[in-house]
Amino acid sequence: MTDVPILRIERLSKVFRTNNGGALKALAEVTFDIAENDFVCIVGPSGCGKSTLLRMIAGLETMTTGIIGYHGKAILRPRKEIGMVFQEYSLLPWRNVLNNVALGPEFSGSPRGEREIKAMEYLRLVGMEAFSQAFPHELSGGMRQRVAIARALANDPDVLLMDEPFGALDAHTRILLQKELLRVWENHRKTILFVTHGVDEAIYLADRIMVMSARPGRMLEIIDVDMDRPRYRAHPSYGQLAERILSILEREADVSFCDSSTERYEDVIR
Amino acid sequence: MALKTILFRAGAYLLVPCLFLALWGFIARQLNNEVILPYVGQVAELFLQPTESLIAMGSLSINVAISLVRVLAGYLLAICIAVPLGILMGYYGTAFRLSNGFLALFRPIPPLAWVPLILAWFGVASFATLFGVQKGPVYLYLNNLKFSMIFIIFIGAFYPILTSTIHGVAGVRSTLLDSARVLGAGERDIFRKILLPASLPSIVNGMRIGLGVAWMCLVSAEMLPGSLSGVGYLITHAYTLARTDIVIAGMISIGVIGALLDLFFRLIENRKFVWTRLSR
Repeated sequence: MTDVPILRIERLSKVFRTNNGGALKALAEVTFDIAENDFVCIVGPSGCGKSTLLRMIAGLETMTTGIIGYHGKAILRPRKEIGMVFQEYSLLPWRNVLNNVALGPEFSGSPRGEREIKAMEYLRLVGMEAFSQAFPHELSGGMRQRVAIARALANDPDVLLMDEPFGALDAHTRILLQKELLRVWENHRKTILFVTHGVDEAIYLADRIMVMSARPGRMLEIIDVDMDRPRYRAHPSYGQLAERILSILEREADVSFCDSSTERYEDVIR
Repeated sequence: MALKTILFRAGAYLLVPCLFLALWGFIARQLNNEVILPYVGQVAELFLQPTESLIAMGSLSINVAISLVRVLAGYLLAICIAVPLGILMGYYGTAFRLSNGFLALFRPIPPLAWVPLILAWFGVASFATLFGVQKGPVYLYLNNLKFSMIFIIFIGAFYPILTSTIHGVAGVRSTLLDSARVLGAGERDIFRKILLPASLPSIVNGMRIGLGVAWMCLVSAEMLPGSLSGVGYLITHAYTLARTDIVIAGMISIGVIGALLDLFFRLIENRKFVWTRLSR
């Protein structure tokens, strides 16, 4: 093993320009490393820039300052090795499930037969092979997210970024999909960076939990979860950890009211 | 479906047109002046013999066919320019800012207001002039496609198609674009596999409206000098000869064909774009 981590985020900041020329600091000097095959969850109050962070790692958003390194190389645009699953509505509604999952291989020029075999393989992995000919609008929210996960995996990424992928699902389906995701992750080792606002979800899934502050987002604490999987929500240490994270977030909610940026965009980015 | 319901539905569709025909027949008999309002039978007779030559300017069917070819020529030209331009304007903010102000100035000008300028530019030049054909049957066909007419029809169809295309592309959900980019889509893939299919329902809707407008511009286009054929010309020429029955037959032809073209588009929309209604 080299000592270059799979993902290195160094002093990363993002400042958005608001419509009236003001500066909106979304992320302030965030630094952390992600080791290969880790399952990391990021929790934080809404609007703390955790989605922005993920989008920058995916190469969808430019950074204001800082460096994102993938195996020591800077990320400037989206790349095949880093996949992403969005909260919802990311499937192409005019394509059936099979052709949605085959999208990644299609973009890299793989022939039809080959990419369909690959798509079926990953549909089987998420238990959706019976729905290969269905259209997204015929599926439930949970099924759509399974397909979205299969689609991301079919592109064979090393890193999987997940932006509140189960956020729009009902509680029962969410728990079911968390279990499924762990099963997939244990069989196909990937590095997963999972953004959520559910503390429970983070504890259930993650090896490490990163707690972020209210806007502008900073890394408050990085917590290792030392519990064997499968984890039981009724376990005392589960509750203690939840309590600890919630109290950190609660402190943040109190200070987030004094967030006001009156500076101008041009002054901030200089 | 039971035969009874089918008959009932067909009856519902036909009821109002039948009442209308009855009213027309009644008024025509009362007036008893076929220049003001001909009898239903006189007009129907024209449709029963669509290939018979009328007032020395060709048959009804030939004139309808000529008009249709003209409309399609101007219309296809409008599609070829408006769709790519609309996709660029909908996707790239700079392309929109560059061209929208300019295009918006021309949008309110009715196609008919272009006539003097168009005549000054193109006169009676046609596709025959373009290809240098002087005589023969090919000349007759090509000479019917005057630049001036094509231009008026083009202007009419251009704006509805452009507007719908811009609207369709601008409305494509950004998550679709983002997820495609993350999966490795190049700019070409984004255009061909995301933007175009995602905005196609809106584009086709614009094409439907555009065809309607193009068809409406036809009569004005065929009133231009140099025109010696087409339904529009048939109508104006029949008017000068007080042949109101031919005027009405021409109007009905325009109406029926316009409605059929519209129906054709709606069938496509219903078959191909089920997903737009079912997915949010």
